[in-house]
Amino acid sequence: MLIDEMKYITPEISLLCFALLIVVVDLFVTRKGVLPILSVIGALVAAFFTVGLWGNGGISAFNNMIAIDQFGLFFKLLILASLVLVVMASNKYVLKFEKFQGEYYAVLMLSAIGLMLLVSAVNLITIYVSLELSSISLYALVSFLKDKASSEAGLKYLILGAVASAILLYGMALTFGLTGSTGLTAIADYFRTSSTASPLLLTGLVLIIAGFGFKIASVPFQLWVPDVYEGAPTPITAYLSVASKAAGFAVITRILMTAFGQPDWLHAEWAIIIAVLAALTMTVGNVTALVQTNIKRLFGYSSIAQAGYLMVGLAAMGMATQGNADIRSGIIFFLFSYTLTNLGAFIAIIAISNKIDSDQIADYTGMGKRSPLLAGALTLFLVSLTGLPPTAGLIAKIYIFNGAVDQGLLWLVVIAVINSVISAFYYFRVVKVMWMGEPASQDKVTSSWPEWTALAVCCIMVVIIGVAPGAFVGLTQAAVKMFGI
Amino acid sequence: MPTIVPWLIFLLPFASFLLIGLILRPFLNKWPRVAGYVTIGAVGLACALAFWVLFAVMGAPEHKLMVDDIQWAIIGNLNIHIGVLVDALTAVMVVVVTFVSLMVQIYSQGYMKGDPGYQRYYAFMSLFTACMLGLVLANNILFMFVFWEGVGLGSYLLIGFWFHKPSAANAAKKAFIVTRAGDFGFLAAILLLYASTGTFDTQTLYNLVATGALAGTTLTWVAIGIFAGAAGKSAQFPLHVWLPDAMEGPTPVSSLIHAATMVAAGVFLVARFYPLFQHSAEAMTTVAVIGAFTAIFAASMGLVMNDIKRVLAYSTISQLGYMMLGLGVGSVAIGIFHLFTHAFFKCLLFLGSGSVNHGTGTFDMRLMGGLRKAMPWTYATFVIGSLSLAGIWPLAGFWSKDQILVAAFANNPVLFTLAIVTVFMTAFYMFRAVFMTFHGEYKGGAVPEHGSHDEHSHGPHESPAVMVAPMVVLTVMAVCAGWFNVTGGFSQLLGSEAEGTNLVASFLGVFMHPLPLASLIVALLGIFLAYAMYLKKWISPEKIGNALKPIYTLLYRKYFMDELYENVFVKTILYNGIFKAMAMFDSSIVDGTVNGVANTTAGAGGVLRKIQNGQTQLYVISIAIGAIAIAICVYLFH
Repeated sequence: MLIDEMKYITPEISLLCFALLIVVVDLFVTRKGVLPILSVIGALVAAFFTVGLWGNGGISAFNNMIAIDQFGLFFKLLILASLVLVVMASNKYVLKFEKFQGEYYAVLMLSAIGLMLLVSAVNLITIYVSLELSSISLYALVSFLKDKASSEAGLKYLILGAVASAILLYGMALTFGLTGSTGLTAIADYFRTSSTASPLLLTGLVLIIAGFGFKIASVPFQLWVPDVYEGAPTPITAYLSVASKAAGFAVITRILMTAFGQPDWLHAEWAIIIAVLAALTMTVGNVTALVQTNIKRLFGYSSIAQAGYLMVGLAAMGMATQGNADIRSGIIFFLFSYTLTNLGAFIAIIAISNKIDSDQIADYTGMGKRSPLLAGALTLFLVSLTGLPPTAGLIAKIYIFNGAVDQGLLWLVVIAVINSVISAFYYFRVVKVMWMGEPASQDKVTSSWPEWTALAVCCIMVVIIGVAPGAFVGLTQAAVKMFGI
Repeated sequence: MPTIVPWLIFLLPFASFLLIGLILRPFLNKWPRVAGYVTIGAVGLACALAFWVLFAVMGAPEHKLMVDDIQWAIIGNLNIHIGVLVDALTAVMVVVVTFVSLMVQIYSQGYMKGDPGYQRYYAFMSLFTACMLGLVLANNILFMFVFWEGVGLGSYLLIGFWFHKPSAANAAKKAFIVTRAGDFGFLAAILLLYASTGTFDTQTLYNLVATGALAGTTLTWVAIGIFAGAAGKSAQFPLHVWLPDAMEGPTPVSSLIHAATMVAAGVFLVARFYPLFQHSAEAMTTVAVIGAFTAIFAASMGLVMNDIKRVLAYSTISQLGYMMLGLGVGSVAIGIFHLFTHAFFKCLLFLGSGSVNHGTGTFDMRLMGGLRKAMPWTYATFVIGSLSLAGIWPLAGFWSKDQILVAAFANNPVLFTLAIVTVFMTAFYMFRAVFMTFHGEYKGGAVPEHGSHDEHSHGPHESPAVMVAPMVVLTVMAVCAGWFNVTGGFSQLLGSEAEGTNLVASFLGVFMHPLPLASLIVALLGIFLAYAMYLKKWISPEKIGNALKPIYTLLYRKYFMDELYENVFVKTILYNGIFKAMAMFDSSIVDGTVNGVANTTAGAGGVLRKIQNGQTQLYVISIAIGAIAIAICVYLFH
């Protein structure tokens, strides 16, 4: 019964209710401070329902449209956690909008609903629809500042996103034409009996990878990233760089593993495409980041480079036999630690930029003196992004690179390690500027308590994962359970 | 015994370091003494746990406790685990380190009182102790190396504690750089070990050596490399030059460095990898010869020093030579037993010298004299420590030194001769120090402008109880520590055969054997000569010094080793030779390559940035071309 299966989407439904509630409340209350509190409560309620579904490993609902499995539930929690942290970090930033604060939070929550459906969708149609739900919300959020840069970024994102959607849809259509089905497991059934790669299949596969390549910012579909990251409101940049990217990786992992995971000739087919794209992505991301002077653009390129490392994991997953869950858990672990690290870095950037009203790296000079705590936290996150101890970033890189070496991708790991060294240059340039230079002004830079709280959570998690990764490795190993395999 | 106990021994001082350094810092400016209490509490608790471990090890089969490794992370098929190795050697070492450290920490409360860096001092002391304990407990040569470097770092921070003094800053640098020369050998040995065995685990290495899988030239080179590291830390010839300069640190630091931490690390390292040394005759000979030579070489310089701490410093180098000799010709038990007894009396002597300095404001013995009456506690404890060091029956030093002499006698007459001459020198220079410092007339103490402490116009005075009490405790150990092995109990714990069984017979039996008797007589002769020259003045030291002017100068200038290193190695070979060549290589080839790569990369960044021109239509085309290009490549390479 359809109505019985509603319980499987209680997280999304509850979040939707809160989003609508916020829009209504916004009409009547003048103290807008209540809105972020409602958002956080909404996210926590949704998280509560998500945790409640955890035991249901691997069932599908609504005629195989969405799956309730640990893999999807883990990413739902990760998206909700990003939502909470972004809302907390927005608490001062929303003052720039003057009007429409309620809409800001509501649309943010709608995009989260889209992403949450995306990570649990197991049918090409559901995948496409939830992708559009999240994307359209994000187009609106990117242009929320309504100044020139923000509007331009939003429009650019919309046009390019539409092109990517078209490509993705074309790939899906070809796949449907070949297999006669849109369900991921049904597609897998078709391939189980076929033994050759038809041109139709290859084209469909390439187009699907291209469509999601846009979402995860893989070369050559990454050009939108720096422009949009720079123009968007900084909390939205943070959200794009973690939640949207994590969901993108989750869904491409699910499609490749479930629909194109068997037989062996098929997963070897896409593994090599991804491997080459991974090498290009991290190299282009890191090399271009070297010459950036704007911190948001720097993080844009950095997030491209990090996507490259994650694609090393995807490629290794394609090289392995399907039973190998270690690499998948490596990808999940990387996304988990990357989400916390990058969000933390953005929260620090939001706090600093709010005060100094600039995104130029040069204006961060002497930040170590003006706010040792913010500068210290940002340093920690930069260390983690570089992949040095004692942080989560190191374990995440070891996890993925070790898996890739086991699958015979030594050449790719060598490129990845060289890239990590290159990345140290631009990450540590920011550190150097913050601690070595003399500040232009002696004003202390401080922040609001929600930002401090969010920052503290990220710092503590990054260090704990780095020092005692055992429990988190266990968590990500539980999260590899995926419907259909 | 719960698994956590050995871990806590390391974690407590480390937590104390973090607590003082990171958390308590804002409050300590107001209440600096809290830093001392935190450290003493942590080290004291660690000391209690260390005794627990020692008793557990004594009762365990084969004197070894099995402590499960802690799984740090299982990442895919990569299993990273960390663990502790708790055998008799570890147990003895943790007891020595924590006990001596505890005494030093208590004493420091008096010595460092009022120093502006009081809390920094205790933070570093905690770190230093923690690193040494980590080194002792680690079951893996890689982690040992990490803590080994940690000990080096701690010593650097503490020797240069008064970094505003150029001499202290230079001494810290010298200690760091000279020991680094030895560490290079250690690191090379680790890499060689890993290349040939594929493991870092100590127990696995023991097994590989026992089965003969690790043998021959490789084993010898590994052992020599490890010994090079040990020689650096334990100040063996020719890497001994840093230790006398390390006196620039606060005296309690010297005390800790000389007794239980830094220099003991080298001897411990050789003992830890003793099975590797045992299977290589060349390595054993190297250890024994370097040890014996260092013993007499350093003792000879100790004869002429006028700074009381420098006398003690050369004495330490000499005694470390003894320990190495004991390891080289004897066994782990012999070497470590001397480390054990030496830790107590050497710590005591340093604390005594600190106490003297506290009372007079100087370390120069020519400015002291007659302190016997003013500082009775310091005097009594210092004399007992000196007797113990000189090897007088039945004090601690006698028993441990005797074993080394016996082993050397059985091994090689030359080594034995060097050792017995050193006994004479040791007794002489120690009592020269005692007589110059405590007897005769008081010569006025510090010239006022140089004291690091306030001027002592009111004359020398005894130190406060907080300083005297640890000295008294150490005196008890300096007397009794040797008795643990009178019937061979200590040796048996460390894996040697027990010889005597009857306590009384063994205790007095030494007088029946010629060798102990001979060493005792030699030591007494040394004391008598010091008595004749410095107390009774029957023989004038000046006259002897003038008569043997070249030798005196040679000794006083420390065999010109510093000049040799400074002028020949550093200036000529390193600076004008290697460094210049390196600089050429660096500026033309390395820099050229790096700049080339950097320029290319930055250039590439610039080109890539040009593509990123903000034109949406270009981006769309790029997406389309990208997708088509991938499709074409897939077809082409399919």
